[in-house]
Amino acid sequence: MSNRIDVKKTYKLFINGAFPRTESGRTYEVKNAKGVFIANPCLASRKDLKDAVVAARAAQHGWNKATAYNKGQILYRLAEMLEGRRAQFVDEIVTVTGVSKAKAEKEVTDSVDRLVWYAGWTDKISSLSGALNPVAGPYYNFTIPESMGVIAAIAPETPSLLGLIDSIAPIIVGGNTVVVLASTKAPLSAISFAEVIATSDVPAGVINILTGKKDEITPWMASHMDIDGLDISGLGAKKHAEVKTAGTENLKRIYSFKSADPGRILAFMENKTVWHPIGL
Amino acid sequence: MNFYGLVDGTEASLKKYLGSLSGVDQVGADARAAMLATRSIKTTSKRWAIDTAITMVDLTTLEGADTPGKVKALCTKAVRPDPTDSTVPSVGAVCVYNDMVEIARTHLDLIGGQHVGVAAVSTAFPSGRASMAVKIQDTKDAVNAGASEIDMVIDRGAFLSGRYIEVFDEIVKIREVCGTKAHLKVIFETGELVTYDNVRKASFLAMAAGADFIKTSTGKVAPAATAPVVLVMLEAVRDFYAMTQVRIGVKPAGGIRNTKDAIKQLVLVNETAGPEWLKPSLFRIGASALLNDLLMQRMKMDDGYYASPQYVTID
Repeated sequence: MSNRIDVKKTYKLFINGAFPRTESGRTYEVKNAKGVFIANPCLASRKDLKDAVVAARAAQHGWNKATAYNKGQILYRLAEMLEGRRAQFVDEIVTVTGVSKAKAEKEVTDSVDRLVWYAGWTDKISSLSGALNPVAGPYYNFTIPESMGVIAAIAPETPSLLGLIDSIAPIIVGGNTVVVLASTKAPLSAISFAEVIATSDVPAGVINILTGKKDEITPWMASHMDIDGLDISGLGAKKHAEVKTAGTENLKRIYSFKSADPGRILAFMENKTVWHPIGL
Repeated sequence: MNFYGLVDGTEASLKKYLGSLSGVDQVGADARAAMLATRSIKTTSKRWAIDTAITMVDLTTLEGADTPGKVKALCTKAVRPDPTDSTVPSVGAVCVYNDMVEIARTHLDLIGGQHVGVAAVSTAFPSGRASMAVKIQDTKDAVNAGASEIDMVIDRGAFLSGRYIEVFDEIVKIREVCGTKAHLKVIFETGELVTYDNVRKASFLAMAAGADFIKTSTGKVAPAATAPVVLVMLEAVRDFYAMTQVRIGVKPAGGIRNTKDAIKQLVLVNETAGPEWLKPSLFRIGASALLNDLLMQRMKMDDGYYASPQYVTID
């Protein structure tokens, strides 16, 4: 029998590339499907959201300037790191949600594949959506999609890992930075995914992960003047109208999605049109 | 000149005066500054502090790339920091290089900013490495162009070598050039003075030589206005007041970028020099980015939600 004392993990937030505890000092209990206590993750406060947005805003210019090739490499690196820690993620999903090991394995595999898929879009999205417009003059007229800025996202409750990846990857593919609220009931995958991010050359502040209550944080996200867009895919349909009303005050783009497709990337991009003179 | 009766202008008397100063307890100063930084200022006090801090800002642009257009934009912002809210007070002054003084003064007068001063950085700012003749001419230029405040730098090389009388004479001469037209702020560049003892010594030297304000830094050297350094300087003006019944102002500059930092400075002032110093004529904050953060915090207090930098001007 071992005499070792358990080395238990402290579940913290992920803001600006670091793992701070919530400034509020609050936590909440996570239990598995049978009601057995599993962990005490942070219950993020309004100030944590503010700190995350400040970090995301500071990181946005640099991330947007990174080449599509570089962004793609970094997203692919996320997939590599996730693949390498597959066992831990499978274990956490099984522990928290109580699904079979095979089902958890499939979710992790899908998550890795999804990241690789998104990584491929970084240098293709502008060809898909951009255009060379015909104009009546000696000009080339281009339309290209550009990043929107800082986007917040509410990740769905389940699947906790794949849903999180769908909440993060399409947003950062377009050159935005993101503040994501993880699944409330199953936040362990999100916190472990932050460790994957921290070892994947993702610049600090590009991805920020909060854990906490949707009802508490979503209205703050909607009214925050420095968040340009909001993905409410993980929010119950009943709350959509309320959040959209709060967001109109500051012209925030608010969308929810049912699937992973290029439209999800383009939703948080804005078209920019450039006129370029042709030699007369 | 009698220099408040503290020195008679000779090197011997200056050495005796500076030699009589007590040393600074470094550990104590650090601990005191750290303790005062933990005070929590909320609601109505915070609102008062934000508005007071805005009136104390010396809105600064000291870049090689400054243009008349940028200086004019800065002046407009100085008079009316938030164009959408007329209850926001004007800042204390704009702080520019010498050649921009006339542009700033003219533009301020044009837009109804007569109450906003123009501070000019003189005497071969930021290094202070020029002949005395050049430094005097530099200051004359600024005063003639309409500067109401002169921010001079001391010769740190002379100070650190112990040639205090040179530093003293320099301040006296620049003070004469300023005459009654301009206030004199003396910049120590505390990041280069190494010890708190030196900061205290420089403070008393400058005050006796006729400074109206003592200022921490140029903003070009880090560390700049750290809390313990400001604490030491505030203690110096407090002690100087006890000796002479004259209140000298303090201006921290450099590194004060957000509302929290600014409020910490106000706490230091209140708890060290006293509430008499909590006004723009005796306390200024040299800053550029700070004003936007003060405005954003003010908006947040009014609107109830976090503001965005996209809603305040860039410079």
